[in-house]
Amino acid sequence: MAAKKNQQFDPVETLHAIEEKFEMVQVLNEEGEIVNKDYDPKLSDEQLEELMRRMVYTRILDQRSISLNRQGRLGFYAPTAGQEASQLASHFALEKEDFILPGYRDVPQLIWHGWPLHQAFLFSRGHFKGNQMAEGLNILPPQIIIGAQFIQAAGVALGMQKRKKEAVAVTYTGDGGSSQGDFYEGINFAGAFRAPAIFIVQNNQFAISTPRELQTSAKTIAQKAVSAGIPGVLVDGMDPLAVYAVTRDARERAVKGEGPTLIETMCYRYGPHTMAGDDPTRYRTSDIDSEWEKKDPLVRFRKYMEAKKLWNEEKENEVIEKAKQEIKAAIKEADSTPKQKVSDLLGIMYEEVPFNVQEQLDIYKAKESK
Amino acid sequence: MAQLTMIQAITDALKTEMQNDENVLVFGEDVGNNGGVFRATEGLQKEFGEDRVFDTPLAESGIGGLAIGLALQGYRPVAEIQFFGFVFEVMDSISGQMARMRYRSGGTLTSPVTIRSPFGGGVHTPEMHADSLEGLMTSQPGLKVVIPSTPYDAKGLLISAIRDNDPVIFLEHMKLYRSFRQEVPEEEYTIPLGKADVKREGSDLSIITYGAMVQESIKAAEELEKDGHSVEVIDLRTVQPLDIEAIIASVEKTNRAIVVQEAQKQAGIAASVVAEINDRAILSLEAPVLRVTAPDSVFPFSQAEQVWLPNAKDIVETAEKVLNF
Repeated sequence: MAAKKNQQFDPVETLHAIEEKFEMVQVLNEEGEIVNKDYDPKLSDEQLEELMRRMVYTRILDQRSISLNRQGRLGFYAPTAGQEASQLASHFALEKEDFILPGYRDVPQLIWHGWPLHQAFLFSRGHFKGNQMAEGLNILPPQIIIGAQFIQAAGVALGMQKRKKEAVAVTYTGDGGSSQGDFYEGINFAGAFRAPAIFIVQNNQFAISTPRELQTSAKTIAQKAVSAGIPGVLVDGMDPLAVYAVTRDARERAVKGEGPTLIETMCYRYGPHTMAGDDPTRYRTSDIDSEWEKKDPLVRFRKYMEAKKLWNEEKENEVIEKAKQEIKAAIKEADSTPKQKVSDLLGIMYEEVPFNVQEQLDIYKAKESK
Repeated sequence: MAQLTMIQAITDALKTEMQNDENVLVFGEDVGNNGGVFRATEGLQKEFGEDRVFDTPLAESGIGGLAIGLALQGYRPVAEIQFFGFVFEVMDSISGQMARMRYRSGGTLTSPVTIRSPFGGGVHTPEMHADSLEGLMTSQPGLKVVIPSTPYDAKGLLISAIRDNDPVIFLEHMKLYRSFRQEVPEEEYTIPLGKADVKREGSDLSIITYGAMVQESIKAAEELEKDGHSVEVIDLRTVQPLDIEAIIASVEKTNRAIVVQEAQKQAGIAASVVAEINDRAILSLEAPVLRVTAPDSVFPFSQAEQVWLPNAKDIVETAEKVLNF
């Protein structure tokens, strides 16, 4: 056998070596036990309780949103159950001055950042008043184009760097989103400018129906960070403590001027892609569902909290009751908002209404006053 | 007053607005140290620093997204797309995102972005550099689209575009960059967006046009003058929104019109102009309104472009049909 040439560099070996490095970070296992003391973010009891409350509240919000959608009282809705740790623990690591650029499943983070619930419902119903963000609320409305928010996040982060703010831009997409060109352009731009951004890919295993393994030959999505020359982390997305810890680390690096981080949260959505007719039984088996249900973020966090005597049934019921009351009140408020008109929208196409639009505006105003 | 080419007038406008407003940022591919492939940003990085004038990685979609994000932090981005044929790479950022920001946010947010980009035929570029794609842009509500035809207009329109609180696509015809000089005041001045300009007055026929076709139309008008026809040339300057009032006023005066564009017949502004005239001034017309355009192929490889592009001779022929109807 002829001797191998070019022994110094083995591209296949190098790829495997890099892939092996991306081990999944876990702090809390499925039994609610700390398995990685060094990485425990050591949240205070109050913080732990608050995070638990938010997760329980958001699970109820998801259940109610699904049933309100079925009753025709909500419109577009992308279910969130299963992703509470991924969404809420990453958000819990942020500060008020951080700017969130969400995908359409990321309504919970916006709500906990300060988006009033009735506005989220108006967004779902397709009413522009849902998207009128209060001054100082650092969020965009949910992005519909997969990946567009990643390049915008690079811009927001660069702007924060130029303004010398101690803040970060945080953006979310899914495993499907990581195949978009904008995903790569976003992480690459932010990396090139060392801009303070956190890019979170919630890998819930399916892009509508397309399984994760069809998206890419990459073993992890986190390793795609290497191509942009930025840190990447793979984290157990059903583990709130691990998600919090890696996001907090990423934030610290970003505000210190060390640039962006890509985080892949390994998680699962129990529900359909959206409420508009997706049927998960066409692409998932109940075996897969139950395998992931065992990893449930609320179950493991509840176990952990109960063992620490920080949580009990009474507290759980209190949150559930509060959530139901607030949802009811928010729906009522959304109901009382006057319907949007075509003239409302024609009037906000430009700062100054052009001649041709003004003519149409007058026609619609007359129609609407009848 | 200095005699400037259009490219110099553009640099002058950028410099003026960078001095006036510290939130103005200039960025794109090769716009920093290199001063842009056409030297539109020559000297700006040296004068204003790398923080305000900077090169980006080579990705048009990323440049569009970057502009939107910077605008969300209160900046006034002036982004360069190196050639407008590359716009397909950044269509979502332009049409799906910045054009809709005001609408999507219920009027609470804006994208005061100016996208500058060279385009236009007659300079023997490779494919995807010279296409007239303004029709794509004018079909997107929320955008303004500006195409200057002279150095003087370029400076005043670009300053207005940068100050505008809505996204503006500012298209610079490559053939006009250095084809002639004009007196351009050193001080700042603005030309309102959405206002056409009468480049030549006349009473027998209106030629409604924009961009490089303004010069061809003026040549045609001079030719027609020799036969005793008094021809008006209207330079639209902004193709979205259209200055409908100026178009109608001219047609009501001359009772005859042709519309001239470098873009293909299927792809452009001319059809909209004809429709507006039909809607609003049909009883003033003594003849049908005809169009002079490029044919409906993609922009040709450079050996065929001189035949493909409309010119003064084509304009004279069509004008005569309308005048003699």
